[in-house]
Parts: sequence; structure tokens; C-alpha cells
Amino acid sequence: MIAPLTRRLLRLVAVLGVVALAAFGLMQASPIDPVDAYLGPQVAQVSPEQRALIAERWGADQPATQQFLHWLGNMLRGELGWSRVYNAPVSEVIGTRFMASLPLLASAWLGATLIGFALGVIAGTREGGWVDRWICRYAYTLASTPTFWLAILGLLLFSVTLGWTPVCCAGPAGVTRDELSLATRLHHLLLPALTLSLLGVAQITLHTRARMLELMRSEVALHALAQGASRRDVAWRHGARHACLPALTLAFASLGELFGGSMLVEQVFSYPGLGRATVEAGLRSDVPLLLAIALFTALFVSVGNALADGLYRLVDPRLRQVHP
Amino acid sequence: MLEIDHLALDFLRYRGLWQREAVPCLRDVSLSLVRGEVHAVVGASGAGKSLMAQAIIGLLPGNARLRGELRLDGAPLDAPRQAALRGKRLALIPQSLAALDPLVRSHRQVTWAAQRAGVSAPRAAAERALTEVGMVGDSARRYPHQLSGGMARRVLLAMATAGEADWLIADEPSVGLDPAHRDGVLDQLRRLADAGKGVLLITHDLRHALSVADRVTVFHAGTTLETAPADAFQGRGKALASGYARALWRALPDNDFARPPVHEVAPLA
Repeated sequence: MIAPLTRRLLRLVAVLGVVALAAFGLMQASPIDPVDAYLGPQVAQVSPEQRALIAERWGADQPATQQFLHWLGNMLRGELGWSRVYNAPVSEVIGTRFMASLPLLASAWLGATLIGFALGVIAGTREGGWVDRWICRYAYTLASTPTFWLAILGLLLFSVTLGWTPVCCAGPAGVTRDELSLATRLHHLLLPALTLSLLGVAQITLHTRARMLELMRSEVALHALAQGASRRDVAWRHGARHACLPALTLAFASLGELFGGSMLVEQVFSYPGLGRATVEAGLRSDVPLLLAIALFTALFVSVGNALADGLYRLVDPRLRQVHP
Repeated sequence: MLEIDHLALDFLRYRGLWQREAVPCLRDVSLSLVRGEVHAVVGASGAGKSLMAQAIIGLLPGNARLRGELRLDGAPLDAPRQAALRGKRLALIPQSLAALDPLVRSHRQVTWAAQRAGVSAPRAAAERALTEVGMVGDSARRYPHQLSGGMARRVLLAMATAGEADWLIADEPSVGLDPAHRDGVLDQLRRLADAGKGVLLITHDLRHALSVADRVTVFHAGTTLETAPADAFQGRGKALASGYARALWRALPDNDFARPPVHEVAPLA
């Protein structure tokens, strides 16, 4: 039990190292100069000497390897650095931003998984029936829809034309986070969460359906029907159980995509979450913040995958005896 | 009485894009199964024995076209009646161990089978059926992959008997078992017949079928050639009507181990 866990942890550390290196390399290759981005329009009023002074204070004038090693050393001591964009410690920015994103991510993920699974099981129960055909059409359409486009359409219809949902942000302008009521928060969360969950529904539906079809044609299903079971009985007792495996895999594997989708959705809805912070950090070359977010995301996705592996064993008894 | 009367079965398939053709699988199958009897259906693999079993319980694939008639106790056994009686009066013991759901504990699958058959106390019925086949205590709680082949066969048997059906169709129930387990399964079928059930034993193993069967139907290339009492299979097979049946009997290692003369079999193939 200990050995596989250690192996998993070592692998996780290796993954995080590679992610940090890749993210740092990309930032080095970025055409955006951190000092220029920091100064913004005031860049014209600053003399070259002052610029050099800022660069020196930040260590931006040192070679890239040294910068990276310096950052790595601080990171290992638990010091994530200072975000220039938000003028706050990186750990604090990630903490508050993640807490803002969490309800969005969690509700979207849960919604996508549950709705996708239910639709897949229903479609797979009656292959070729009209319900199946409509669910498939819906899933194919959804699978080929870009997130941001769907978000914009949703905004146009529900916020602008119908006026049912707010146009932006996590709360009304001029109100601090602590003053928001739960109802207001949910109201602001509704449309972004719905848009983001639609992204994952299609995949889970189609994969669940495929597994269902396989099962409904299997000897297990034939045997159950021979016992006098109805198709619905076979679908729920045997089908849903078997379809759990691909659905779980996808649900946890899609955590990364969910993060990616949340960047686009948060951008369109101006939702002040981690996704938007990522975009800001990238556009203004906030290296410490971006590196930390990349690491955090990688950690989040890895933990998700580890959870999925653990859950398989709950569902499929055949996996319980062997350790990876 | 369960009667199969001149049953024929075709599968429709497309040849190219538009042309549809019928592929014949069963040509002329007739037999009648009586309560209290083990009736063996013996034939080579691919002769259509399993399709006959599926036709009786009414679970053929959608592209199958059935002709002829099935009757149960004198009344036609048509699709709605098959659906109503499946599990309750007609039970199938499937050929493949893959028929067990790998994700569900054995005793639970037997309970489901009892529930589907409409038994009033499914748990107790499952317990009883499992005890009858000798699966007690911990072994009944195992998952299918933890069972040996013999145990899995016994679970399948328990699933078929938990619903207390009167007619059992056993499709190769002893295939892949060692002699002790094979005899165990066959004896169990014999006991069920002695208890008043009608048992159709589909097999390609004539020698061991004879040890429990009352009557034997010889099946070849989608046709039932002849039905003979089990004691007709003795000596040089003089009591058998068809050449194929005689050849099959004499080809057994215990008998002449004779390769059949080509002219006796060829016209039938």
C-alpha cells in the first residue's frame, strides 16, 4: 500500500516540475516585457535609469536560469512570491480567487457529470428510438460548440434580451463580497455555471451511451432479459453500473478542460475567479502568479485523476486485487 | 408439454447497399418436451442449437425471421406470451459464463433473478436455490471473477431455478467443466426433471448427455434428424433411424471410434 503511494507522489512531483519549467519557459518566450506591462501607459514618463532600477529590484535583469532557480528555492520554502498585477502575495490571490471559482467549477462539474450520465443511460437504453436520436443530436451539437461562443449567446439571450440574469461579475457593482446574500451570489453564478457545465455534458453523454449500447448487446443483458427483466431493469441494474466507469474517467479527466473552459467563461462573464486571474497574469507577464496558478491547476487535475483511480476500485471489484 | 413444430429461422442481411437476402439458420426443427424428462438435443457446434433456445424464450435478434410454431401446454407460445412467461415459467441456463454481471455479487444476481420471476420472497428463494447447488456461506457472496468455472456454472443454475420455472432450457451447461463438476451439473438437471420440471439439455457431448437424458434429439445443420429414446444408443446403433445419428454414436471413442462413411453424412450437410 505504501509503495504505490510513494510512486504516485514521486510521479506527481515530476509532473509539477515539468509544468513549472514549461510555464517558465513560455513566459520567457512571451513578447510582453514585465516592466512595460507593469508601468502601462506611464511607461512614457519613466526614464531608462528608473526602468533599469525596477528590473534590478525584480531580478528581471538576471539570466533566466538564475531567475528560475531563485523562484524554485523560494517555492520550496513555501514562498510563492508577490503578484504584481494584484499587488498582493500570490498565495493570497490564489486563495481568494479559487474560493470565488470553486462554486462555479463545482456546480458546473457536478451538473455536467450528472446530466451527462443520465442522458447517456437514457439514450443507451433504447438504441435508435426517438429519445436516443434527439439526445444524440443534442450531444453532437453541443460537442461542436465553442465555450466562449455559447457564453456570449447565453449572455445575449438571458441577460440582455430577457433580463433574467445579470450581465457580469459575481455580484452587483459597488458591493463588497461580504455583503452579498446567498441569493444574489447564486443569481450571478447561474448563467456561467450553466454554460460551463454544458461543455462537459456532451462528452460524458456520448461515452456513457457507447458503453450502454455495448452492455445492452452483451450476454449479461440477454441473460437478464431471459430472466424476465424489462429493458429499463437491465439498463439501471446492469447498464448504469457498467457505464459508471467511463463516466468517472471522463469526469475526472475533464477537470483540466473544466479549468480551461472556466477561463473563457469567466472572461466573458467578467467573473472574478481563478480563470480571469490567469488571463490577467498572462497578459501582464506576472510570472510568479502565473507559475503558481499553473502548478495549482496541475496539482488539482492530478489529485482528480488519483481520485478517479480510487473510485474505479469501488465500482469494479476486479480492480481491487491489483495495485498499480 | 412444450412443442416445437417445424420451426425454421432465417436471418435477413444486406448484400451490398440495397439487396436484402435471407440466410437460413434453422430449416426444420421439431421436438416436444415433456415434464419430468431430460430431453437432450445433441449436435455439432454451429448447428443452430443455441438459436433454437433463443427462439423458445423469444429473444432472437431483430433481423431474425421465424416460421413454424411453438406451443406450450397446447396454446401457441407467441411473443407476448413468451415475454410474460420468461423467467417465470421458462428459464434459460446460458452457455457463456460472460452472462454473469462481473460487477455484482453472485447471491445478489440470483436474488435479482428471483425478483424478475415475480417470486414473493426473492431473498429466501435465492438462498434456497444457492443452497441446492451447493453454494453456501462465503462462496455465494463472491464476485463472478472470484468463482471457479464450476462455481460460476452453479450460480447460473441457481439463477435459472430461483424463479421456480417449470421449463428449463440448459444451453451447454457443462461445457468446460472437469468430470466431477460436469456430473454434478448433469445430476442436478436430472433431479430437477425428477421433481417434475421439463429440462431441455442442449449439448454436443452425446456420451455424457446419455447418462441423464430420457430422450435424445439429434440435430444437424439446422434440422432435427430424429428423436430417439436414450437406450436406442447402444451396440452398433441399429435402433437409430438416421445415418447421421448412427455415425455420431459410432464415432465415440468408447464405441467403434469409426470415421463415418462419407456417403452417409454428405447429403445432409
